[in-house]
Amino acid sequence: MAGAALAVPFWPPPAAQSATAVDHLFIFLLAICGTVAAGIFITILYFAARYRRRADDEIGSLRPSPLWVELTWTAIPAAIFLFIFGWGARVYFSIYSPQVGALQIYVVGKQWMWEVQHPNGQREINQLHLPVNRQVQLVLTSQDVIHSFFVPAFRVKRDAVPGMYTTVQFHPTKAGEYHLFCAEYCGTEHSRMIGTVTVMEPRDYERWLAGTPRGEPLAATGERLFTKYGCVNCHGNIAPALDGVYMKGIGLADGRVVTADDQYLRESILDPGAKIVGGFPNIMPSFRGVVNEVELQALIEYLKSLGAPAAGYAGEERRPRRPVTRP
Amino acid sequence: MSTHPHLHRDDPKDYLHCEYGIRSWLFTTDHKRIAILYLVSITLMFFVGGAFATLVRLELITPQSDLLQPETYNRMFTMHGIVMVWFFLIPSIPAVLGNFLIPMMVGARDLAFPRINLLSWWLFTASGVFVLITIFIGGVDTGWTFYTPFSTFYSNSYAVAAALAIFINGFSTILTGLNFIVTVHTMRAPGMTWLRLPLFVWSNYATAVIMVLATPVLAITLLLVGIERVFRVGIFDPALGGDPILFQHLFWFYSHPAVYIMILPGMGVVSELVTAFSRKRIFGYHFVAFASMAIALFGFLVWGHHLFVSGQSLYAGLVFSLLSYLVAVPSAIKVFNWTATLYKGSVLLATPMLYALAFIGLFTMGGLTGLFVAALGVDVHVHDTYFVVAHFHYIMVGGMVTAYMGGLHFWWPKISGRMYPEGWAKIAAGLIFFGFNLTFFPQFLLGYLGMPRRYATYPPEFQVWNVLSTAGASILAVGYVVPLFYLFWSMRYGKIAPRNPWRASGLEWEEADSPPIKHNFEEVPTVTKEAYHYHEGVRLG
Repeated sequence: MAGAALAVPFWPPPAAQSATAVDHLFIFLLAICGTVAAGIFITILYFAARYRRRADDEIGSLRPSPLWVELTWTAIPAAIFLFIFGWGARVYFSIYSPQVGALQIYVVGKQWMWEVQHPNGQREINQLHLPVNRQVQLVLTSQDVIHSFFVPAFRVKRDAVPGMYTTVQFHPTKAGEYHLFCAEYCGTEHSRMIGTVTVMEPRDYERWLAGTPRGEPLAATGERLFTKYGCVNCHGNIAPALDGVYMKGIGLADGRVVTADDQYLRESILDPGAKIVGGFPNIMPSFRGVVNEVELQALIEYLKSLGAPAAGYAGEERRPRRPVTRP
Repeated sequence: MSTHPHLHRDDPKDYLHCEYGIRSWLFTTDHKRIAILYLVSITLMFFVGGAFATLVRLELITPQSDLLQPETYNRMFTMHGIVMVWFFLIPSIPAVLGNFLIPMMVGARDLAFPRINLLSWWLFTASGVFVLITIFIGGVDTGWTFYTPFSTFYSNSYAVAAALAIFINGFSTILTGLNFIVTVHTMRAPGMTWLRLPLFVWSNYATAVIMVLATPVLAITLLLVGIERVFRVGIFDPALGGDPILFQHLFWFYSHPAVYIMILPGMGVVSELVTAFSRKRIFGYHFVAFASMAIALFGFLVWGHHLFVSGQSLYAGLVFSLLSYLVAVPSAIKVFNWTATLYKGSVLLATPMLYALAFIGLFTMGGLTGLFVAALGVDVHVHDTYFVVAHFHYIMVGGMVTAYMGGLHFWWPKISGRMYPEGWAKIAAGLIFFGFNLTFFPQFLLGYLGMPRRYATYPPEFQVWNVLSTAGASILAVGYVVPLFYLFWSMRYGKIAPRNPWRASGLEWEEADSPPIKHNFEEVPTVTKEAYHYHEGVRLG
């Protein structure tokens, strides 16, 4: 590594499909912008030399500025810009739109560390171990200020924003150790909120999974919390049952229908009154300040593990089994 | 002062010598004297902001944190940003050159509201005092962007004091903008039609529109930050039920148009310089003039391109990216028209022209790299890295500061009545050009390699480029200090400037003395010619 540190780096290592996609667009931009810049520089230098003032009272010649010239150098750049826009948008959507079947990993940023939770119970700080050639989706949030999860070798970053979940995907293609940076300024130790992403061959990854001490699976942690906080006392009883709730359409008391995604589940734990399921009273207390972001992700992972939707779940068909009064 | 060897003017006395004493300066309503007040104020602030930049660059010579602790480093880059953006770049060309020139260029005796103009400077000075106090009590570490909830809760620094300084500063900007708009609408001399206006006036007019419309949003946003920080009212902090992304929308709704406040006046200067030193009508006057207005208009619709990785909707990202490419078109038009103006001109590479050509080159680099960061897919990688730092420094320093230096040299004979020393000026221009590129070009490479901005420490493999960048910054610093000396020197020892030393077109050259009398013109000029009428001859004396 000492030799690598001394070498002058020009290009970051590409280690994911997204890296190749971003690099291709970047190289295209370098080629086209380099050509345009060189053209302008050479033209300026040539004109400055060719038409240099030869007499003190010399004046430039009166030239018309024809409309077609203006329209040409308006239309051609505009067309090129549209092309770049389209290409950029394609790459962007491929990186950010959620995909099915990806290995889902939860990440919480906090001043000043990255806390990573794997579904099967591994927990890491400022480290992320991934298998090569497997689509990975990160679900990001923050415990305090805004951070940004940035892996230059994958050419992707995504802000970890307090109060919401964001996602980013990548498909690592090359085993190795890569930088993990916080890219959004987050306070005193911002530049030390860094770590390592380790991409491993499947065999090494299996060995890592087997060899690292780990606790229970994340969903099991979530289940324990579900009991600890007494969720179980009401849900399925005077509150909506939660079997198969994840990604289900929920009919709200005000008539809207929302999808029970990570964001909705999080909000319903912290701010239960915001979106009340139709047919149920607003009796749940807020868990803001009680449950932290890491626990929230465990709870959501538990809810995801709760199998297929139970019949007749959608709020409007259900009625509380016994009369309740708001506390 | 009984016998002044260099001064042999007839009555009426020029604006520098018609009155004496400190009161005649601090309470003047003469737009030219107010321009000088601004010149002194922003020069001071430029070197304050430059000192912070120097400390930042020195710290970054080594990967570890040695010269400054991260806590101090974070304050340094924050104060650098705040001072340079609001206390140098935004007032630079408008408040100094615009103040001095706009009334003369339109053929007026002063701005529409001379006393409000003085108020602008006093507000600016008050805000400058506030920001200096903020620095002396310990500074602020939020970044010039004040992102929430860091700025409203987590930062242990003087965020409210800094916000207050910027809040006051905003009123100065708004009043200057208002003054320019009213002056251009109502004070034009007979015959000075809109399409005879110099392009410097057009670009400052476009700037003034942005100043008046965008700055109040900044004031509101900073007020909300202050309210949340002091009274814990939930606006942006999710822990209080607020939305941190809302802050980014509000902040960039001001700050992206503000980027155009920081470049449009520079474009105006360059249009004047390129024509004067090619002695030729500008290529495509209408396109250059309307491009300024188009930039001012579209500039309001692109703020979301600062939020591509923030959690903003992907479809919003799509719209903002498309609109960002739209705003790039008028900028491209300007570059092509300036270049075409050189064709078959009579090109003289005097110092102002060197700055103008440097501007075109550096602005082209800044503009073209803007195409990279506006591309959604590329931004995901380069966002918040040194690539962005390099990109906007190419626009703001390579563009705006270069144009400001060019304009200052070009109009120096008019402002001071003296010529600057050409040899020294060319050396300084060369140092600035070389130093600038050595400072900021390596940052493009650092950015693509993945070095995030606002890092006090960094992995060792990035060191080579950081050392080069710091080396460049030291040359750049010398380049900026040299003019300070020779311009001072020239005020006493420079060659006496004739009325129109460049044989340039424009009322300030053809109808006003160097330096001009208090009310600019002996009598109100009547305009009969287009803006750049070199082919019809210009008046020399």
